[in-house]
Amino acid sequence: MIELRDVKKVFNQGRGSELWAVRGVTLDLEPRQVTVFTGPSGSGKTTLLSMIGALARPTSGRISLDGKLLSNLPERFMTQVRRRTFGFVFQRFNLIRGLTVLENVMLPAYPLAPDYGDLRHRARALLTQFGMDAKADDKVEWLSGGEAQRAAICRALINAPRILIADEPTANLDSARSRELIGLLGELQDLGKTVLVASHDPLVFESARVSRVVEMRDGLLAEGA
Amino acid sequence: MRKSDLFLCAVAAASALLLLSALDAGLRARAAAPVIAQRSALVAALDLTDLALFTEARYTRHPSQADLHSAFQDHPMALEHFPTGALVPAPIPGRSLP
Amino acid sequence: MRQFLRHQRYLIDYSLAALARRPGKHLALLLVYTLVVFLLASVMLFTQSLRREAALVLAQSPEIILQRQLAGRHDLMPAEYLDRIGRIRGVSAKYGRLWGYFYDPAVRANYTLMVPPPGSPEHGEPAPGEIVIGAGIARTRGLEVGDYLSLRSARGEPFTFRVAALLPHSTELVSTDLMLLGADDFRRFFAFPVDRFTDIVLQVRNPREVRKVAEKLSLALPDTRPILREEILRTYDAVFGWRQGLVFVLMGGMVLAFVIFAWDRAAGLSGEERREIGILKSIGWETGDVLRMKFWEGAILSLTAFFLGYLLAYAHVFYLSAALFEPVLKGWAVLYPDFRPVPFVDGIQVATLFFFTVFPYTVATVVPIWRAAVTDPDAVMR
Repeated sequence: MIELRDVKKVFNQGRGSELWAVRGVTLDLEPRQVTVFTGPSGSGKTTLLSMIGALARPTSGRISLDGKLLSNLPERFMTQVRRRTFGFVFQRFNLIRGLTVLENVMLPAYPLAPDYGDLRHRARALLTQFGMDAKADDKVEWLSGGEAQRAAICRALINAPRILIADEPTANLDSARSRELIGLLGELQDLGKTVLVASHDPLVFESARVSRVVEMRDGLLAEGA
Repeated sequence: MRKSDLFLCAVAAASALLLLSALDAGLRARAAAPVIAQRSALVAALDLTDLALFTEARYTRHPSQADLHSAFQDHPMALEHFPTGALVPAPIPGRSLP
Repeated sequence: MRQFLRHQRYLIDYSLAALARRPGKHLALLLVYTLVVFLLASVMLFTQSLRREAALVLAQSPEIILQRQLAGRHDLMPAEYLDRIGRIRGVSAKYGRLWGYFYDPAVRANYTLMVPPPGSPEHGEPAPGEIVIGAGIARTRGLEVGDYLSLRSARGEPFTFRVAALLPHSTELVSTDLMLLGADDFRRFFAFPVDRFTDIVLQVRNPREVRKVAEKLSLALPDTRPILREEILRTYDAVFGWRQGLVFVLMGGMVLAFVIFAWDRAAGLSGEERREIGILKSIGWETGDVLRMKFWEGAILSLTAFFLGYLLAYAHVFYLSAALFEPVLKGWAVLYPDFRPVPFVDGIQVATLFFFTVFPYTVATVVPIWRAAVTDPDAVMR
């Protein structure tokens, strides 16, 4: 259960380019559901997700995870929580060039320094699960959009996080791949994961696999969320 | 093979070579002792005072014997005109002698 | 501990892959770096070897050499000064030396001509008309035992000498340009005054007496200057000096690091690098992990450069007799001794070289990314 209480976020505070990305969001998010945040560009959904996922701190307000406060932890603890709890899938895939698919998938586990054989095994299992085992030793530059996104999902799952956060995951995919991806996200829900997605793609927020849609506009929840 | 394994192997091999070079140095220094002894013997027999390294000019050939003015022998303002003169500094005069 | 080692291995995995992304650039960097280490190490090993050798070999030099000075310059020593010295306590022998330089225009080489001191067991004075020459002269003039060498004397007449023997090749470092001849031949060849010597040698058995003897000599013969064996040794210590070497290595290391650093970072941290750090942080790497990974990037290159550079330098100096330095050491000289430097390696110098070549570059790799490494990863989401 994720709880947000009057969360606000401002960038470049006090300067001419001051921007309030999130202006006060209060929200409860149920676990084991696929929740989609939707809204026009600039509505604050990406910023909100990054704060939920402990990638950034709110300027004011509180974010709690299962009753424990997340938003005011020092950086090291935030990173640890983030590593254990959250997995991220980005709009631009954000795979590290020059490394193979397998190496990319293993990357998030490096700071934890698990046994090498175990880690490789885990990574291969994930790739197999998402149909990418044939590409395991290919360099990521050679992947198609859909393959890269699946590799990114595997990477996001290597540390077995409870919550997956995806930011515009279908933005660089065609319709067929987008539908595939939504199906994958639904599968993750079946596996007991919580999935949070930011997307303005109708294919996503109109999908049957989505449990809840949260609309945002100008940094606030739109009416009827 | 893991990339890091390759690198660590390379480092291990290089370290081994380094140690080997130290060993080689020790052995060859020992083996050179008779040659050095021959040189010493000649130095003693002929009253030699310098290594015959820089045969360009007098003060580079016998830097220990050169007087302080050799470098300026041609002219008080003469700048160094022998290349190896740059490698050979002026001799250090005696300390406590009047 | 095992965890720590495992962690480092993962970081090294990543760093190696990161370096392999731009193979051309990093190989060029490695090449330049290795070259500089090679040069520094070669100089260090060569000079250290010569220093030790000089200290060992010249320990047999005469205890005191007395030179006459006229208007501050070296002048010939009157023979009567030998008597003026008289008996000084501690001096076991004293005699005048005859030696000088000869420029041979045929090969544009300088020879050192000398008369062996009295009482040399093996190298007694050559017979009249005969010479004993060093290997360098033999090589340059293509001479063998029994051949004749014709030189133009001080008065313009040609003097023909017969080569009676060659000085051993193993002694080239001290004898390559020597030409030994008899005292009469020497004096006639140079038109050397009969009542003069080049300088005077004094043998003092007890090293502690040397300074006192030198003082007495200065008093007895004020227009002379004594050269002590310790000064000879000090001269060579300074020529190939430790202190200079240290400064050299230090400066070399710093200049190297700066040049490479400046070249590599001239454009500032690239957008791609910034993004890479952002991605790593967003997938769970801490600031410390990013910094450690960058450290390994620098360390991998510098360690490789150091090992390669040093080992190549060792081979260059001790197996190829520092062939690359020969032109520098020869300068304009024609004669250069053919000898193999003996590997006297000072471990502290090697450690210093390691520290000053590896450390600056590694630091230079980490420092610029500090700012990016501590940035919040949410920038990646934008």
